[in-house]
Amino acid sequence: MQPIVVQNIHKRFGDVKALRNISFTVEEGELFGLIGPDGAGKSTLFRILTTLLLADEGTATVNGLHVVKDYRSIRRQVGYMPGRFSLYQDLSVEENLHFFATIFHTSVEENYELIRDIYEQIAPFKKRPAGKLSGGMKQKLALCCALVHKPAVLFLDEPTTGVDPVSRKEFWEMLQRLKQKGIPILVSTPYMDEAVLCDRVALIQKGEIMQINTPAAIIADFKKPIWAVRARNMFHLLRDLRAYEGTDSCYAFGEYLHLTLHTGIEDAKAWLTARHHEDLVIQSTTAGIEDAFIRLMQEQNETV
Amino acid sequence: MRQFLVFVRKECYHIFRDRRTLLILFGMPVILIVLFGFAITNEIHHSPIAVLDEAQDTYSRRLTERITSNGYFDLYQNLHSVREIEPLFKKGAVRMVIVIPPDFGSDFYHQRKAAVQLLTDASDPNNATTLVNYANAIILQYQQEITGHPALPLTIHTEVRMVYNPSLKSVFLFVPGVMTLILMLVSAMMTSITITREKELGTMEILLVSPLRPLLIVAGKVVPYIVLSFIIALIILLMGFWIFSMPVKGSLLLLFMECALFGLAALSLGVLISSVANSQQTAMMMSMMGLLLPTMLLSGFIFPLESMPLPLQLLANIIPAKWFNIILKDVMLKGAGLEQVWLPTLILGGMTLFFLLLSIRNFKTRLS
Repeated sequence: MQPIVVQNIHKRFGDVKALRNISFTVEEGELFGLIGPDGAGKSTLFRILTTLLLADEGTATVNGLHVVKDYRSIRRQVGYMPGRFSLYQDLSVEENLHFFATIFHTSVEENYELIRDIYEQIAPFKKRPAGKLSGGMKQKLALCCALVHKPAVLFLDEPTTGVDPVSRKEFWEMLQRLKQKGIPILVSTPYMDEAVLCDRVALIQKGEIMQINTPAAIIADFKKPIWAVRARNMFHLLRDLRAYEGTDSCYAFGEYLHLTLHTGIEDAKAWLTARHHEDLVIQSTTAGIEDAFIRLMQEQNETV
Repeated sequence: MRQFLVFVRKECYHIFRDRRTLLILFGMPVILIVLFGFAITNEIHHSPIAVLDEAQDTYSRRLTERITSNGYFDLYQNLHSVREIEPLFKKGAVRMVIVIPPDFGSDFYHQRKAAVQLLTDASDPNNATTLVNYANAIILQYQQEITGHPALPLTIHTEVRMVYNPSLKSVFLFVPGVMTLILMLVSAMMTSITITREKELGTMEILLVSPLRPLLIVAGKVVPYIVLSFIIALIILLMGFWIFSMPVKGSLLLLFMECALFGLAALSLGVLISSVANSQQTAMMMSMMGLLLPTMLLSGFIFPLESMPLPLQLLANIIPAKWFNIILKDVMLKGAGLEQVWLPTLILGGMTLFFLLLSIRNFKTRLS
């Protein structure tokens, strides 16, 4: 049985179409990523799947249960971590965890095995009010609370937003470990670099899914050569390259600009040399997941 | 059941860890009672007066003594000339001046009538009228004492008795009023705020995606406030009893049952508000405007309902506080039992049931 099945979900808020014809499935023990910018409709989708919102059209099942008819059973089985930090700020770490364990008819001890790795990291602060934890700690606590009842499916809505890079990395390591325990996870993130850590990803923008595939396949799909370009004055470089007629796309990527062309690289080099860029470096590079995403997003923007 | 208890305990943590909540819960009743009991009062207490006694005989002196010896009036100054009156009023030093003309005693005995002039500072008309009434009453009493019971001419003797509140203490009116107000405040406003806070902070999302039933969530949030409003009602009663010697003539049990009934009505109103409002601020404004103001103005606590225009009197009928106020006064002051207050109790009960059902029906199991 597939833990999450979404079929042709539509949702609108007034005149705004939040979700358009969303369909995908999450397989057993899969870590499925929903990647997209803010306002793409990720949280709305999460709320429909966690039975908090009703879709206008389409159906969805979670663990074989219908999200509208069987909402009560779903609520008993899933773990949900909302996008915003939603624990009791005035309760201590311990009290929060204990509270959520109890309302799910279980105890911290019963499923301690599942949360031990995570909880041990925040245990030194267990007497501290949750509101006074750092961003990363808060998310770890929220994950503990969502896990404490051993959910059949885990929904994590932007768990790493606003978290420092080190904590983000740790957080994803925890998700990998949870995956190994067989819990299917649906996770959303606006950070494209996190996509490679998922088994499969769906790229979502403006309420529509553009592509669903494994990260490796998405990267492999990107066939054009990519050039990494840098010069002393990056701002002028970007401006000049965007003005160049042979440019398909050009955007900043770390300390380089990533450039794709529909003309030869020698012509571009000549164009730049004519504009007196100092310390010009142009080298070939392999496409990353971000390159693939940016191209997909551009394609969608052009068709709209 | 364990879920419920843990929920209630969590709610208590919220209450006791937030100093502002505690201040509203326990500071407010004490401040209101003291304010209404001592400061805001329309009674006469030690009002400063001056006396211009031009007679200076036994009768006039005894009259002055009578007026100034009962705690209502204090003699500020004895005057010697009419010209001294005006400056005293201007200074605001006295509220009333009593002028006793020359030959007061002999006129009284020989011509069978004597005049006394009462001058009051009527810049505060209510106060002035009250002062004159008090002074008149004392003078009349004095007159009867020295003339004895005149056989003739025929007189109609009015005998007044202020039943249930012989000394006309306004605090007897304010204690039930404040109790109504506070129960409304704690039960309706605090619950509506505490429920919308969960919505605002996003915790309602997690609570909904849990095995907790919505009814249990509401009950868990409300129960601590029921207990609190009970404690607060008790504090108000004890303060009324010890500080203002306010009696509870009726059955204490009945009184508490009625308090619980009204508390429940207010709580369901609070839940109702929280199902409409999405932020704490909105919830607060709604309970202020929609509940507290009508409770203050239309419950007969400050302004007598009988003297209001008919539309307002009719409107007051749908205010639960009006009925609760009637019940409280009847039970506390008149010692009424259930057989006397069954009608307002029934109306209040009906309202409670209506609000309760409405708020349960309106509680959303989803976010929108």
